[in-house]
Amino acid sequence: MIKSDFWRAFVRNKGAVLGLVILIAIVVLAAFASVFFPGDPWEMATAPFQPPLSEDALLGSDMLGRDIASGIAHGARVSLLIGLTSTAAALAIGVTLGALAGFHGGKVDDAIMRFTELFQTIPNFVLAVVLVAIFTPSLTTIVAAIAIVSWPPLARLARAEFLSLRSREFVQAAITTGQSNTTIILRQILPNSLSPIIVSASLMVATAILLESSLSFLGLGDPNAMSWGYMIGAARTVIRQAWWMSVFPGLAIVLTVLALNLVGEGLNDALNPKLARSRG
Amino acid sequence: MSQFDLMRTPVETAAMNTPLLDVRGLSIALPPGADRPLAVDDLTFTLNPDEILCVVGESGSGKSMTAHAMMGLLPAPHVRVAGGSLLFKGKDVLAMPEAEQRSLRGGRIAMVFQEPMTALNPLMRVGRQIGESLREHTALPAPARRARVVELLAQVGLPNPAELAEAYPFRLSGGQRQRVMIAMALACQPDILIADEPTTALDVTTQKQILDLIRSIQAERHMGMMFITHDFGVVAEIAHRVAVMRHGKLVEYGAASDVLNRPQHPYTRQLIASVPHYIEHRDDHAKTGAPLLVADKVRKIFHVGGGLFKKSKEVIAGDDLSLTIHPGETVGLVGESGSGKSTLGRSIVGLIKPDSGRILFEGTDLLALDRKGFRPYRRAVQMVFQDPYASLNPRHRVGDIVAQGPVAFGEDRTRALTRARELLAMVGLDGSAADRFPHEFSGGQRQRIGIARALAMEPKLLVADEPVSALDVSVQGQVLELLDDIRRRLNLAMLFITHDLRVAAQVCDTIAVMRRGRIVEMGTAREVFTHPRDAYTRSLLDAIPGKSWHIPDDLQKIPAGAH
Repeated sequence: MIKSDFWRAFVRNKGAVLGLVILIAIVVLAAFASVFFPGDPWEMATAPFQPPLSEDALLGSDMLGRDIASGIAHGARVSLLIGLTSTAAALAIGVTLGALAGFHGGKVDDAIMRFTELFQTIPNFVLAVVLVAIFTPSLTTIVAAIAIVSWPPLARLARAEFLSLRSREFVQAAITTGQSNTTIILRQILPNSLSPIIVSASLMVATAILLESSLSFLGLGDPNAMSWGYMIGAARTVIRQAWWMSVFPGLAIVLTVLALNLVGEGLNDALNPKLARSRG
Repeated sequence: MSQFDLMRTPVETAAMNTPLLDVRGLSIALPPGADRPLAVDDLTFTLNPDEILCVVGESGSGKSMTAHAMMGLLPAPHVRVAGGSLLFKGKDVLAMPEAEQRSLRGGRIAMVFQEPMTALNPLMRVGRQIGESLREHTALPAPARRARVVELLAQVGLPNPAELAEAYPFRLSGGQRQRVMIAMALACQPDILIADEPTTALDVTTQKQILDLIRSIQAERHMGMMFITHDFGVVAEIAHRVAVMRHGKLVEYGAASDVLNRPQHPYTRQLIASVPHYIEHRDDHAKTGAPLLVADKVRKIFHVGGGLFKKSKEVIAGDDLSLTIHPGETVGLVGESGSGKSTLGRSIVGLIKPDSGRILFEGTDLLALDRKGFRPYRRAVQMVFQDPYASLNPRHRVGDIVAQGPVAFGEDRTRALTRARELLAMVGLDGSAADRFPHEFSGGQRQRIGIARALAMEPKLLVADEPVSALDVSVQGQVLELLDDIRRRLNLAMLFITHDLRVAAQVCDTIAVMRRGRIVEMGTAREVFTHPRDAYTRSLLDAIPGKSWHIPDDLQKIPAGAH
């Protein structure tokens, strides 16, 4: 019954439903990329510089005759994979540190928060570029770099939630009934602090996809994986002659990020008890 | 036959004039999906000049809705007046054009709210806030307005009114803010003053001062006053006439002396019976054997504020607190907010670490133990919390909430859950309760769950921190009875923390009175109530609302120790 309440609130937000539909379409595209577009996206498929709606290439081809549509479908895999795994990694680091800081307070909190601020003082993108450049670009290093630059806001959020829930009476009751710290953190506080964390994580997937595209644009993407950022980066020199090479991957990024943001907003409406209550 | 009848001014003289306010068949509709279709159902009453009408009821009775309808504060469009009329001096307020209604509100009808902490704008000087309604409703020039503000502040008994007008609300105490609110309401010399639980958020001694002030101002200005409250003690203190509401309906309406001394409706009788009061014939607790718990010179200082380069402020919450609890004894810890009573309670259950002193439980000093050594004692000392809405994890089932403690101590989960069901039955909840979530229960039921959770640990000492202060009076009575019953059946010792001497009087064998981090007096309930030694205890006793009212004999509690 809590689940159906959640759905009703989520569906109420029309934008969120639209976002979810787009997102599902992109996931389907990524999952069946090799069915829709068999063969390697790096292989030459047709003549170079084919405009969109030409015979062999629906969205045109690039200067080496590679199919843009195939590149977008295969690139969706990389984008979603990197977006999700790097957010998961950032969640693991951020929520763990934030939870410990918020729960223990005092010196532990001070130490963890100073450490967090250290990361926050360095601009995200610069740090990501440096990390990827040092550890040679590959999917793993890109995911790690994005996770390392994105966890601080999650840590601060988790800390704030834990700090306020820590002093709630049900947590104090758990202490007086002798439950261990691990039980209290995992069973009592974490489920109650999850809503805002889920919302910002959904937005973080969008940020991660943008970060990955930016890295690929600069040539710091995984050289073996087709990616939207790489396609735009490669096409930028011929943007005046062949606009389709950069516009379609660009649209793919815009749509994905927009869909994620809409879904995040819908989640916020559905999970935020104050808004949920005001609808009744 | 009580002295109370003599105190009242005769209601008949006032009733001869035309009523100031005439409410006829007022109905207020709630949005579809609410627990009932009408918040207020066919309500009819009158308010005469120079009269205090107390509207009494529990939460959800529609008493505040009635006041809000009068002030145009209903949350439109969800909640709206569905029928009836509100006549102010013969004219229907609800039929007036918007502008006319506005000039009435704040001008002829003024209102004082419950929460003095949130009713004032924190960023505006007190004097300007009072001046607002003068500017809105009168033609006074600015200097005259300022003079009037100072005069008003002086009238509500605030010291240094000229200086105080320049202060921001955060500098004032709760009682002072409520005085400012009253001054604001009086600014335009209204004919009607509506007060919505104006003393509920205040300490008892402050409550008494505010009630005295309200009574004297009302008598001086011959205003009609509608005073909303849930406390029959307060009613006995100030009411001329009483209207009792339940589920949006008026159930009893009459002169104060009739309603208080000869209540007719069963609900009124139930409400009056649940007013906590001192039980005369209670036996003193026979202290047997070694003390269960001894608190010895416990001291706790909180450091407030401060930073890297700033020294923090010290607040002494506990100053050499000493206390003894024997097996089976209920000790009441009574004090006003900030007196440090909760600090002591939380130190005993191990939620706060005191700076110095000893807490001996069956001879072992709990403060000297490390985490591991303290763990066995967690079972023995359990706590019941104040806020039934915050003390249960909203995402766990009730059965789990009760069973979690024993499971943490290594008990088999299915066994613990079976035991949880037994305990829930023992605190008066039915078997299906274990499978439901906390939000499906009312405040009183949740507090029963909290008690079951504490009992699941099979404690020897129960620390109850204001367990009934968040509950309605009638529910309060039931929970107090449950606690009393349980501690007798299980021979539990209890430390009962409360701000309300009446509640302490009803359940405690021994009472310790705290003030500013110190215990100023400790003795048997009988001693403290009949021969208080400390001046502060006397002032607390003196501040109990309705103390000169004798609850009708047939509604008195049966003395607990008498059978």
